[in-house]
Amino acid sequence: MSVITPDPQRSSDPGARDASGPPADALLTVRGLEVHYPGRGGLLGRGGAPVRAVDGVDLDVVRGTTLGLVGESGCGKSTLGRAVLRLSEPTAGSVVFDGTDVTALEREPLRLLRRRMQMVFQDPMASLDPRQSVQSLLVEPLVAHRLTDGRSEQEARVRELLDLVGLPSSASGKYPHEFSGGQRQRLGIARALAVEPDLVVADEPVSALDVSVQAQVINLLEDLQQRLGLTYLVIAHDLAVVRHIADAVAVMYLGTVVEHAEGDDLYTAPAHPYTIALMSAIPVPDPVVEDARERIILRGDLPSPAAPPSGCRFHTRCPYRQATRCDTEVPVLREVAPGHVVACHFAEQVASGAIAPA
Amino acid sequence: MNPADPLLSVRDLEVVFSSRGRADVRAVDGVSFDVRAGQVMALVGESGSGKSVTSLAVTGLLPARGVRVGGQALLRGRDLLAMGHRELEGLRGREVAMVFQDPMTSLNPVIPVGLQITEVLRRHTGASRASAKERAVELLGRVGIPDPRRRVGEYPHQLSGGMRQRVMIAVALACDPALLIADEPTTALDVTIQAQVIELLASLVREQDTAMLLITHDLGVVAGVCDEVTVMYSGRVVERAGRRELFARPRHRYTSGLLASVPRLDGDRSARLVPIPGTPRDVVPWSRACAFAPRCPAADSACASGHLALVDDGPAHVHRCVHPADEPPAAPSATPETAPTTAPTTTTGAPS
Amino acid sequence: MSATAPPPASGSRGADDAGDAAAGLADGALDRLGGQPRDEAAGPGRWAALGAGGIDDEPGTSLVRGALRRLRRDPTAILGAVLVTLFVLVALAAPLIAGYQPGRALPGSGITPSSVPGPSEAHPLGLDPSGVDLLTQLVYGARQSLVIGVVSTVIGLFFGMVLGTLAGAFGGWVDTVVMRVVDILLSIPSLLLAVSIAAVAGQSGTSVMIAIGVAQIPIFARLLRGSMLAERGADYVLAATSLGLRHRTVVMSHLLPNSLGPVIVQATLVLGTAIIEVAALSYLGLGAANPATAEWGRMLVRAQPRLASDPWLAIAPGVCIAITALGFTLLGESLRQALDPKGRR
Repeated sequence: MSVITPDPQRSSDPGARDASGPPADALLTVRGLEVHYPGRGGLLGRGGAPVRAVDGVDLDVVRGTTLGLVGESGCGKSTLGRAVLRLSEPTAGSVVFDGTDVTALEREPLRLLRRRMQMVFQDPMASLDPRQSVQSLLVEPLVAHRLTDGRSEQEARVRELLDLVGLPSSASGKYPHEFSGGQRQRLGIARALAVEPDLVVADEPVSALDVSVQAQVINLLEDLQQRLGLTYLVIAHDLAVVRHIADAVAVMYLGTVVEHAEGDDLYTAPAHPYTIALMSAIPVPDPVVEDARERIILRGDLPSPAAPPSGCRFHTRCPYRQATRCDTEVPVLREVAPGHVVACHFAEQVASGAIAPA
Repeated sequence: MNPADPLLSVRDLEVVFSSRGRADVRAVDGVSFDVRAGQVMALVGESGSGKSVTSLAVTGLLPARGVRVGGQALLRGRDLLAMGHRELEGLRGREVAMVFQDPMTSLNPVIPVGLQITEVLRRHTGASRASAKERAVELLGRVGIPDPRRRVGEYPHQLSGGMRQRVMIAVALACDPALLIADEPTTALDVTIQAQVIELLASLVREQDTAMLLITHDLGVVAGVCDEVTVMYSGRVVERAGRRELFARPRHRYTSGLLASVPRLDGDRSARLVPIPGTPRDVVPWSRACAFAPRCPAADSACASGHLALVDDGPAHVHRCVHPADEPPAAPSATPETAPTTAPTTTTGAPS
Repeated sequence: MSATAPPPASGSRGADDAGDAAAGLADGALDRLGGQPRDEAAGPGRWAALGAGGIDDEPGTSLVRGALRRLRRDPTAILGAVLVTLFVLVALAAPLIAGYQPGRALPGSGITPSSVPGPSEAHPLGLDPSGVDLLTQLVYGARQSLVIGVVSTVIGLFFGMVLGTLAGAFGGWVDTVVMRVVDILLSIPSLLLAVSIAAVAGQSGTSVMIAIGVAQIPIFARLLRGSMLAERGADYVLAATSLGLRHRTVVMSHLLPNSLGPVIVQATLVLGTAIIEVAALSYLGLGAANPATAEWGRMLVRAQPRLASDPWLAIAPGVCIAITALGFTLLGESLRQALDPKGRR
């Protein structure tokens, strides 16, 4: 959602989504979130236009469910994930976690709140301190939040955590470099779960793993959600992985959400031209399907987030681009079906086939 | 040369890494395959499967120290593995060209992209400076780079990832090579850009009658472009078949397991994935057994005994499995008639 | 499995990093893409353990232990360690090795302006121009070099680390202020610094140590700061923050230990160069006040007028300096390689 459209105006728009009303059971509510980085360029490496990594995003994650956040590199999805945990400082907007505005917290309350919101990283090797044994890396958060008393209790908890992610307790004396990629990711998950969080932000949790191991980690994440009642924000570039794991999906393009839908709606009836193109570009491991598909090949590359295109940010690459509105008017997220919102002026015409791709 | 003969014929390729004080590592173990003109042979495998080492061995790019290479790699009947350093250098770039995964590290960052193309041209064809430049502009245009005349003077960092990979392809194509080896050419790229690059490579093979060896871990990419697929696991070929045959009737347990474990856009969303247990490193530490056995649900003592040879199974379909998968996995690939109606096809087809 | 992976019997199966999607070419690619070692002797008994994910019951190998193991296999490191150990032993055991007192001229040595007595049974290396046993001077010179080298390195290391940690951990204006101070220090030539310190504190071994140590501060500070800044963006630091660890804990138990590698290596190298610098400063007459103090640099100076007639007077301390510095350099370089995470397989 664009910041150019102020809130009152947005709610007065009949088609626009009501930004002020999160679902009653939302654990995480993001409103108007912006993360801008100072631009580079100029004589002193400053003074360039700011990079609008995340530029006005609204999201709700319902307790106990999974929201998938999809987009290509440079769309701001990882920055958004970090801003939710305030690992990146938001420039504007609010992140409300279970009634608390995370963006307004002081240092110590934030530190204590972080126990309840955890992160799983893309590269499990880089996210584990190479000097720490498994035992030490699992005990550290327990100590920081005073969750256990005494050595025996700690050791019991470490065994329990390792068991939870399917690793033998003999792993506790080992070091990260002694594990395979999949096992390391299990360690990363165990560490995140050590503090018994409610929300887990998983940033590309399987993309660095071998293909034959990815399914193990996906299944593990699903099992853990069921057993522990976790809420997930899964960030990924792979629509197929997200489709498998998520209850709702949001698609990001150049810092903004362009489409958001519940269940399988996004996949059965993608409404934004970018989503359509993205889905058609994803290869399916089946020659019969591949040979029969009409692939929409997008022209050109992602524009710079420091100078996003006017109007609809996708208009420079959109195969359905129209002569009017697209390059002048910022499309607002509006509902095209129950629970399915899209930021495209011509979503209906695109869906009905009235507008053909160029 | 008979046109039906393969352009590149690799026979019993073996690559052993040895370092002092340690056990030898057999990275590639008796690998054979053919690549024909106008066709794409895909070499599929995960990390540690030996697929990239295979390509490096064929092109003579392995370090000389600590590596033993055996077998043959015949390019039009001449053994690349027996060639001298100088002879190989004359061949690389002219007859055999390569495209690597990361276009940022394989392009020289301090030389304008146009010069990187003309360099190859002038070295191999002795073209004049002016004609080489004209050809560079033409090549950049052909790989779909807009405004090629301006782009020849730009440096790699001024281009996006997709553009850089196009430049790499242009460099590779400069001398109209007979064989193009593409090692994970799209892995570093976004899906929408990946689609562009794959499309480009496929059309070049068709139009120029080039033979292409495509090395990838992505079964989806393979399903779209290649003619034949060779699946590697732990340094050996475990299965080879035509593209449609392989996906419709995977016989080796590794191939079928891999296909069943990948989440698909058109699969059953709520169905639980069937993962392959263990990791690619869980190999049997003795040499003649099936390396996949420790991860295989069907493995028994027969898998650990004797030397497992490639078995013929139908036309142009070979595999190395003691207990081949009987039925195709329960994926839409089993029933071709339902496949075209699956979600992504209908939705993408609708607007057009 | 990498080409450099240990054999399965070493108990660290799965120790190496399987390739992630991001791959270059060259050697790194080979490491990741290599095959698996096959051990004909291993029986089917290992099978079950492997299927379970290759985690055995043996204790893990920490980063430091792994580095030590690699060092033990590295001939360069062994040579460096032998030279350094020899040097330290000689320095410590100087009174036992040397047959005489340092700096004390022996009566009736037979020194003339044109010649110095050569090796004899009582003096294996002969006498020096002052009539002192040359071997004794060299042995005690080692002691002097060791003390000055270690003390000056410790000075540089300590203050450098304090400044570097401040800059690296806090960033922002703290970083700017600290780095400006360091830049100023760096802009003063160490010789000038030594002369100034000697002028203020008086000519003594202590001023030499301080001068050399202070000159190293900016080097250590910049090195540590750079290393910490690079590590600060690493995922494990982010992970530690997101776990709700205190900033102090994140810095002291994650950021700092992981940034120390280059600093440790540099310290080893500095030990070597400090010995050369001591020699250089005493050569210039800035060393200890007592001219009789055994010091390799000073021995060189005093040998100079007799270079034509008695060259070994210069050669002997020169060789000592060269060998000692070489030992530290070899050890430092091997340490650098052993601590490099890319070599950790």
